[in-house]
Amino acid sequence: MVSNPSPLVTVRDLKKYYHAGGLFGRSAPPVRAVDGVSFEVARSETLALVGESGCGKSSVGRTLLRLQEPTSGTASFDGVDIFALDRSALREMRRRMQIIFQDPYSSLNPRMTVGAAIAEGIEIHRLAPRKEIPQRVGSLLEEVGLDRSYASRYPHEFSGGQRQRIGIARALAVQPAFLVCDEPVSALDVSVQAQVLNLLGDLQQQRGLSYLFIAHDLAVVRQIAHRIAVMYLGRIVEEGPTDRLLSSPRHPYTVALLSAVPEPDPGTRRSRIVLSGDLPSPSNPPPGCPFHTRCFHPAKNERCRTEIPLLRPVGGTLAACHYAESTPQPAQVEVA
Amino acid sequence: MTSALASVKAAWRNPRGRIGAILLLVVSVAAIVGPWMLPDPLAQPDILGGSLPPGPGHPFGTDQLSRDVLSRVVSGARISLSVALLAVGLSATIGAAVGMVSGYWGGLVDAGLMRIVDGALAIPRLFILLLVLAVWEQVPLPALIFLIGATGWFATSRLVRAEVLRLREEGYVRAAEAMGARRRHVLFRHLLPNTMGPLLVAATLGVGDVILLEAGLSFLGLGVQPPTPSWGSMVLDSREVLVSAPWAGIFPGLAIVLTVLSANLFGDALRDAVDPRSI
Amino acid sequence: MSRVLEIEDLRISFPAARDTRVYPVDGVSFGLERGETLALVGESGCGKSLTSLALLQLVPSPGRIEPGSRITLGNDDVLALKGEALRRIRGRRIGMIFQDPMTSLNPVFTVGDQIVEGILAHFKMPRGKARERALHLLQEVGIPDPGERLQAYPHQLSGGMRQRVMIAIALAAEPEILVADEPTTALDVTVQAQILEVLDRLRTSRGMAVLLITHDLGIVAGRADRVAVMYAGQIIEETSTARLFANPSHPYTQGLFASVPRITGPLKRLTPIGGSVPAPSAWPSGCRFRPRCPKAFDKSELEPPLLPVEPDHRMRCWLAENG
Repeated sequence: MVSNPSPLVTVRDLKKYYHAGGLFGRSAPPVRAVDGVSFEVARSETLALVGESGCGKSSVGRTLLRLQEPTSGTASFDGVDIFALDRSALREMRRRMQIIFQDPYSSLNPRMTVGAAIAEGIEIHRLAPRKEIPQRVGSLLEEVGLDRSYASRYPHEFSGGQRQRIGIARALAVQPAFLVCDEPVSALDVSVQAQVLNLLGDLQQQRGLSYLFIAHDLAVVRQIAHRIAVMYLGRIVEEGPTDRLLSSPRHPYTVALLSAVPEPDPGTRRSRIVLSGDLPSPSNPPPGCPFHTRCFHPAKNERCRTEIPLLRPVGGTLAACHYAESTPQPAQVEVA
Repeated sequence: MTSALASVKAAWRNPRGRIGAILLLVVSVAAIVGPWMLPDPLAQPDILGGSLPPGPGHPFGTDQLSRDVLSRVVSGARISLSVALLAVGLSATIGAAVGMVSGYWGGLVDAGLMRIVDGALAIPRLFILLLVLAVWEQVPLPALIFLIGATGWFATSRLVRAEVLRLREEGYVRAAEAMGARRRHVLFRHLLPNTMGPLLVAATLGVGDVILLEAGLSFLGLGVQPPTPSWGSMVLDSREVLVSAPWAGIFPGLAIVLTVLSANLFGDALRDAVDPRSI
Repeated sequence: MSRVLEIEDLRISFPAARDTRVYPVDGVSFGLERGETLALVGESGCGKSLTSLALLQLVPSPGRIEPGSRITLGNDDVLALKGEALRRIRGRRIGMIFQDPMTSLNPVFTVGDQIVEGILAHFKMPRGKARERALHLLQEVGIPDPGERLQAYPHQLSGGMRQRVMIAIALAAEPEILVADEPTTALDVTVQAQILEVLDRLRTSRGMAVLLITHDLGIVAGRADRVAVMYAGQIIEETSTARLFANPSHPYTQGLFASVPRITGPLKRLTPIGGSVPAPSAWPSGCRFRPRCPKAFDKSELEPPLLPVEPDHRMRCWLAENG
């Protein structure tokens, strides 16, 4: 894997641990939500961060934008060290790195009109004189496929899909280069989901945006991501170009994840790999490879229990598995 | 702000709330307009004549100093309502400010402020007021209002703080932070408007509390000082003639009960209306 | 194959502005055979959840089931039952599991207590025996260390475990029919696979019929024998799963298929259905899908009945007449 010539966002060994318990809680082990994550996002590119609940993907997004402070690691945007910025420089940076949230119902202030919500960023960063703002808000609404007249209405008058579009318009108002999309379509119905995905894709082409797309649905991610990084227990276990990762995954967890996705086609049945056991607790991750307690790889042995595998190139992707070369591929079985 | 109006409208639609609101309006209008239309409450035209029962010319009768009870009750309304509104206004402002700062800043600031509040709540308000007022003879009205207001913000601050803690996690607050908003902006644009609901409820119920408190203090001679009329001191004065001229004490007493009741009714209806619904 | 459940012309109404009523479920009919899984598919607002609640007369007030609706369980008219008779079918003949296992379990009682409660509500037996039954149920739903889990509280279990407990409670009364309302929506994909596996296994071993309510076409493909697609309070297409996927006929169904992202197959731009789902207070006149339908024509102004497309395949669309 040749690393991108000038990536827009670079993250190295990011860690975010949550400490439970206050003054007297030192004895409780911290929750290792993010446990050493590194990746890059190029300009006009979408990197998807995929995983199930508890894998730490949302924490990565929030920590990257410093909505939470990282425990350790570095992150840079366009060459600038994000974690070293002081408050006013950070505020300036906030204009260029924005976020879209999962829940369309709580991400808009119910007491503010839609127009005021979209204009808020413009006002905070003084990007336009007061007189021009309604014009800007109007064109942003149109850009996301909504009517200009919606600016004077309140969030509760809109459906989930429409509110999500309003959230996108708000993020775009400050003309960012990079957008963290935190499960933006998970709470939406299937057909609305498709509308929003198409919108995000179109905006990327028109504005040259980069996305960190956080999701748990691989099928959704396939529609919009150039590259996918799969997370498990706070670490990236596999990363690679979308089609390569989906057609020949090298990490057993990726294989299991793929086989669990229900495919809307009764004619094809993939041999389903059903993982045994439960997800280990992030405050007490297993020693060695985090996945070994549920791993079905025939070559699994003592080394997996003691040595943490590092991401290394195997086939067309990077995989964190000692035996990635021989990972069993899910068989595609045609059922007559 | 528009939803505060919506809550008031909803409270109006509630039958109990409407009764409370109407009564409050009646008392307020009487307090504002009444003194111009009624004889001077301080006038003592016939000192030696003694008190007259309610009848023509004196709908509430006169007291032992031949002062018209109705005029006195209405002037007393002015005083009691002003004291209540100003004191509650002061409490609400301080309480909201402390609650917001505490809830949003967190950390040591929050810990420090809340420990002060905890300590203050442990001491009964009445006790503090009695202590201060017993020593301070002839307390001027503004000082009384300030004292009542300054001892009444503690519970409100906890209430506002709880709201802020909840709101802090809401998506739109995080969105504003992600947008690069300054703390002050988030406080006034997003947090304060959304705490107005519970704050309004607490304030309305607080009005009833303060009226009772002031009446009680005045009854003990420690509150509003004569000759300024106050319902509490009117009840105090009527003790001497309780048997011979009961109306001198009944009407101010009724006024207290009615006003407090209506404030509570309206406050309850407001609380029902403010419950988060259409989010 | 015997028919265990028959629903005829179910209509549910809710009061709306100015003394009118709206009908979020507006004339739904279908049947369930013994041992079969029927999937009720649709997006939010189509009325599928309300339909399932009606089976147990659990429609929340102020909603009510309109007269003229019939729900027949075996030989019994469910809607005519009240009081004790109604209680006896709830759980015992029709069991139900809901979407969110956390809110459906009481946080202050242990898992064991809740299962035992379910058993004792329908069977008379000593408590000790009920606990044994509970243990077997936990094993049957695939919970490891069932003995220990009996003592656990809901918050100590993961989402997947809690959903299995829900299934165990529902099974405790040995119902003929299990209604599963979006049982895996709140769960991760790998856990979802586990739960669906459990449901399948139990269905075959106990001969239960399952009414599966979902919006996920992938789950339908893997697990359902028959499908009924709902839109705006009505069933708009009904057939076997194989036929639905081979020949989706109603324009709404076709629109759904075109807007679902897939893992395999060629990568295409998704074509979402234009417009948005109408609210019950604003059902369009004539064919309810008409405002969003790319194939609408003049006859669409008339409300279509269910018309045959091919044997055992009906849809609510005038296009069926063109063959």
